[in-house]
Amino acid sequence: MNAPLLKLDNVTVQFGGLKAVGDLSFTIGEGELIGLIGPNGAGKTTVFNLITGVYEPTAGAITFANKSVVGHRPYKITARGIARTFQNIRLFPSLSVFDNVRTACNMHLRHGISHALARGPKFSAEEREIEATVMELLEIFSLTAERDAACKSLPYGDQRRLEIVRALATRPKLLLLDEPAAGMNPTEKAELMKLIRFTQEKFGCAVLLVEHDMKVVMGICQRINVLDYGRKIAEGTPTEIRNDPKVIAAYLGKEEE
Amino acid sequence: MFERSKILLVATLLTFAGLSHFAGGISPYYFDILIGIGINIILAVGLNLVNGYTGQFSLGHAGFMAVGAYASSWLTLKYGYSMGSGTLNTTTVFVLALLGGGLGAALAGLIVGVPSLRLKGDYLAIVTLGVNEISKGVLQKAEPLGAQRGLGGMEQHTNFFWTFAFAAITIYVVLNLVGSTYGRGFLAVRDDEIAAEAMGINTTKYKVLAFVLAAFFAGIAGGLYAHFKQFIHPEGFNFLRSVDIVVMVILGGMGNTAGVVVAATLLTILPEFLRAVSRYEWLPEWLRHVAENRMILYSLLLIVLMLTRPQGLFGNFTGKRNSKLQ
Ligand SMILES: Nc1ncnc2c1ncn2[C@@H]1O[C@H](COP(=O)(O)OP(=O)(O)OP(=O)(O)O)[C@@H](O)[C@H]1O
Ligand SMILES: [Mg+2]
Repeated sequence: MNAPLLKLDNVTVQFGGLKAVGDLSFTIGEGELIGLIGPNGAGKTTVFNLITGVYEPTAGAITFANKSVVGHRPYKITARGIARTFQNIRLFPSLSVFDNVRTACNMHLRHGISHALARGPKFSAEEREIEATVMELLEIFSLTAERDAACKSLPYGDQRRLEIVRALATRPKLLLLDEPAAGMNPTEKAELMKLIRFTQEKFGCAVLLVEHDMKVVMGICQRINVLDYGRKIAEGTPTEIRNDPKVIAAYLGKEEE
Repeated sequence: MFERSKILLVATLLTFAGLSHFAGGISPYYFDILIGIGINIILAVGLNLVNGYTGQFSLGHAGFMAVGAYASSWLTLKYGYSMGSGTLNTTTVFVLALLGGGLGAALAGLIVGVPSLRLKGDYLAIVTLGVNEISKGVLQKAEPLGAQRGLGGMEQHTNFFWTFAFAAITIYVVLNLVGSTYGRGFLAVRDDEIAAEAMGINTTKYKVLAFVLAAFFAGIAGGLYAHFKQFIHPEGFNFLRSVDIVVMVILGGMGNTAGVVVAATLLTILPEFLRAVSRYEWLPEWLRHVAENRMILYSLLLIVLMLTRPQGLFGNFTGKRNSKLQ
């Protein structure tokens, strides 16, 4: 088997006295759709922040495509192919829907500041190319009509989808989604599940999904990792996880009642 | 290929070249104000790239103006006369000296910006304020540059054309930058640094770039100023001068170039207007004092503005920044 795309090896991060993540290991293969679940405060978002370079692990190794990401600035990690969304939506509030996505194309620009100032044919061609890319993505996520809207004026569910579009515009090999279904109604959730699967197939990127909605997680993930107090308590297929007594005790119990 | 903004720039420059023939007819008093407006537009539109579009807070812009003023003056004083009669005409020497002053200021901007912009938080305001005061202190001691006596003897090369040509170029650069996909990076940094980094944007690079460009234009403005007044003094580039420029940016609306141009114009005229008011003897004493001290008025203006229109007189930026990390 090929080496995994992402590998966490005994990763620990300590915030003062609190071990937010402890000795965590798991892998994601190319194109896989993996879930990461656990109760509130279990450390899921912290795992995202560790993978994307917002935090540095106190101990352990994180490798992406066989190279360590530890100690690199977040923008460099994104450039290597990891994109994310945020649990508390972090769109660029003063920018339009279109510009939010366009900004994420920034890192692939072939022409720099001199072209932006000289405004020659190469510049125009590249800007048109970017516009086409952005519109194609907005089309897939049915946001074309909102192109010029202020992103903050969108309904909550649309803002979440826009964050996914924006992340995809960086052309990731691994997409990290932090509670993408939060605040969505059942129809939107069903639509989102289709979109995540479609994304995985069309863009060939792996997905790590953090989500509290078990229908969504169990419905689309190939494997699931379960965290509790920063430690992994289980890993397996949706069926295995659903029937794991430890997971039921720590997390699922309430919902099964 | 003829892109709209380029045609507009060329047309503007040609218009200014034409208009400059009539500028001689204006009375020296109004001509002084006119040039002041052009110089302040360069300063404020440049600073708006940092404080407005990129969301940083630089508070020592006059320091970079000083670098440009002194560097360009030194260049024209040294080379202006000797070369003027020879290979290069005086205008060429002047423009090269302006660019030299701009580059000097940009270099100063790089030296100040790289360490202070890498830090998280609002260190920039304190650092730039400090640098502004330090550069003033150094100039006051620098004998070859006139020290406390100031530096004079420059020819008056600055005219209507060069002032407004550089103002137009500054506007062209800033607008074309922020309008491009490349330049959207500045706005992304302002809106949300964490999200910007997550989208592959090197936030430090963008902050430094904005800062260096603004310093460059401040240097040009300083050179224009020096070759208009023909005399410069360290006190002319003090903290209060920096506040003037910041107020223009805030009043115009952070990240709104048209608004900043209007604000720079209004605030250049305002002190002249206030000077006139303070001479009206029939006005109450206290009112005349307020009029004499424009900083009091600026403070009041800013307080009222922040309470009623935080986006600036003309601004439309309504975004809030969320700093919580999730
Ligand atoms: N920067 C930080 N400094 C100190 N403590 C932190 C920091 N970031 C996270 N924590 C703590 O780490 C723990 C894990 O937080 P995290 O946000 O990763 O949980 P989560 O699994 O994403 O929870 P939720 O489901 O509520 O989103 C929490 O106790 C949190 O308070
Ligand atoms: Mg979380």
